[in-house]
Amino acid sequence: MTVDLFFQYLFAGVTYGSIYAIVAIGFNIIYNSTGIINFAQGEFVMLGGMISISLLQFMPLPLAIIVAVLATMLVGALVEILFIRWLERPSVMQMIIITIGVSILLREVALHIWGESIRSLPYFYGNEITTFSLGSVHISPQVLWVIAACGFMVCGLSLFFKFTPTGREMRACSVNRTAAILCGINTRNMVTFSFMLSAGIGAMAGCVMSPITYTQYDCGTGLAIKGFTVAILGGLGNSMAAVAAGLLLGIIEAFSVSVVPLAFQDAIAITILLIILFIKPHGLFGSSEAARLRDF
Amino acid sequence: MPSVGEEYCFKQLHVEGGEVVRKGYIRKVLLAGLSVAVFGFAGAAQAEVIKIGAIFAETGGAAFLGGPEARTARMLVEQINQAGGINGDTLELIVKDSGGSPEKAISFAKQLIEEDKVLAIIGPSTSGESMKIKRIAEDHQTVLISCAAAELIVNPVASYVFKTPQKDSFAARKIFQTMQDKGIRKIAVVVGNTGFGKTGKQQLKKIAPEYGVEILAEETYDKKATDLSALVAKLKSIEAIEAVVNWSIVPAQSIIAKNIRQTGWDVPLFQSHGFGNIGYVQAAGEAAEGIIFPCGRLLVADTLAENNPQKALLVEYIRAYQKRFNEDASGFGGYAYDAVNILHEAIKVAGNDRKKVRDAIEAIQNLPGASGVFSFSPEDHNGLSLDSFVMLTVKNGQFVLYQGQ
Repeated sequence: MTVDLFFQYLFAGVTYGSIYAIVAIGFNIIYNSTGIINFAQGEFVMLGGMISISLLQFMPLPLAIIVAVLATMLVGALVEILFIRWLERPSVMQMIIITIGVSILLREVALHIWGESIRSLPYFYGNEITTFSLGSVHISPQVLWVIAACGFMVCGLSLFFKFTPTGREMRACSVNRTAAILCGINTRNMVTFSFMLSAGIGAMAGCVMSPITYTQYDCGTGLAIKGFTVAILGGLGNSMAAVAAGLLLGIIEAFSVSVVPLAFQDAIAITILLIILFIKPHGLFGSSEAARLRDF
Repeated sequence: MPSVGEEYCFKQLHVEGGEVVRKGYIRKVLLAGLSVAVFGFAGAAQAEVIKIGAIFAETGGAAFLGGPEARTARMLVEQINQAGGINGDTLELIVKDSGGSPEKAISFAKQLIEEDKVLAIIGPSTSGESMKIKRIAEDHQTVLISCAAAELIVNPVASYVFKTPQKDSFAARKIFQTMQDKGIRKIAVVVGNTGFGKTGKQQLKKIAPEYGVEILAEETYDKKATDLSALVAKLKSIEAIEAVVNWSIVPAQSIIAKNIRQTGWDVPLFQSHGFGNIGYVQAAGEAAEGIIFPCGRLLVADTLAENNPQKALLVEYIRAYQKRFNEDASGFGGYAYDAVNILHEAIKVAGNDRKKVRDAIEAIQNLPGASGVFSFSPEDHNGLSLDSFVMLTVKNGQFVLYQGQ
């Protein structure tokens, strides 16, 4: 393999990896505050893309993205308030079924509003064939946007969780909900807030990746599966780990193409996932002590 | 909210169906009076409601096919009824949404035949579904006009089963003919992992040697693929490749075009007739320029010569569809257009009788349609020729006839 080809694969891998990572971060936020996996996470990504594409007719791109993110956060809050908030001590099973139900609901609503055709935002910089060349390696500027958005989110989130009162309260909920209640934290609001936050992150991801991957009413499912895989691989609840695991999976997928036909790409990725989970059941960066305190 | 609107229109259609019956009744009375007055005898044909079933994937992965097809079928049936029906009889269209699932298609087909007692079924949208209900239609002696591409649907011929889209092998032949003209002999083939992609790959591999073309690499990608730059890097590293053929019906057709151009690779890119949807061109933007693909004439209707038999009906269909649904007509809707149109012609001759309608369809000759000019025979239940495809290319974001550069 030539050096050029190596870097071409590497950048392809980093592109996939960043996309998976952003989706995985959304899973982690809700998991941290509620201990559940929100299977509607992929639909938040789809909604972010779709809403911003529709808004683009009325306003400039940056504003359309901001409004789309806010609108999706509102949807996230509504989902929590309508379907989850009023449950007394919901079981893990109930929550899984509810979130799967919500994901189907959102998908059908999207089908009715936007139809079945594919849509996309324009490239943020340049157009479909603009590339930066490093030697003979070509990179689309949108890839840099995705990587930047991913980095921005990870930094923003860790600052938010470390230094803001709300962030600390959310972390308190995730560590020990009963103790958090005793400290006077309104845990229910924290759960609503975590849904909003992860919806917002999903929407943001949906906007930056839309020019590359396109947005269709059912594009959330595939992304959610990959994002979920990455979240598990990194260790549930750990956003930094999700980024590392996302990049790892993306790069493995990209390089696997060079040795086996593309059709086996997912098989290779899942095999590696299984091997890692056999060796480290709590993910690459998860600890078994922390996992023992969880019910899921 | 187009789909909600459609639901509404659909209900309206049923209601209107009732009114049309009443109108039909008035017409019958008038006709009877007229007959008495003019010919001096009483008694006109009994006006009836002819039920037609339709199975389309309005939702699910094949919704981009089933959506336009269902909309087109409803629009046409409405137009036929508004124009007075067929010989005074009105049509009632019963549309079932299979979601692209063969299991659902099977149960809907049985329901339509046994409970609704339909005269004929149009659809399904996908080849997989069509193959599953081919047997059912044949056993129950009910006409099935499939809107799916696979050649297997009409080969071997089942006496009650027809299909309107052009055969896969025609598309492959058109592509290879163009390659021959351009002097291309070594190619890469990439397909999506759908039924359409798989049968396309088979056809390409089977027909390539006839045109002296060698396939150096073949790859299959997931139908939900979101980025194919790694695949493109792999293909680009094989220097002998002179052209890439992508055969799929999924959004990846636009993604692969972008990824190829983003690596600065100016290899000729051929696509299948699945690319015939302006949405994919818009999605690929600048990267779609110069893509060459075979397609029916619907997409270039405006530029056809005035004496082309398809021109008038295509222009009218595109106008009506655009006006009614506020979206561009695609070749997919055209498949349903032809199905309804063929049935219309057959019922005109044969009335509400399954066997006679079947015979009437087989006897249709030189009927212009959206996908081509249909001439059926007992051996050919597709009725189209290689000429039903033309090669198109993308220029300034529009489909234009490929002139050969």
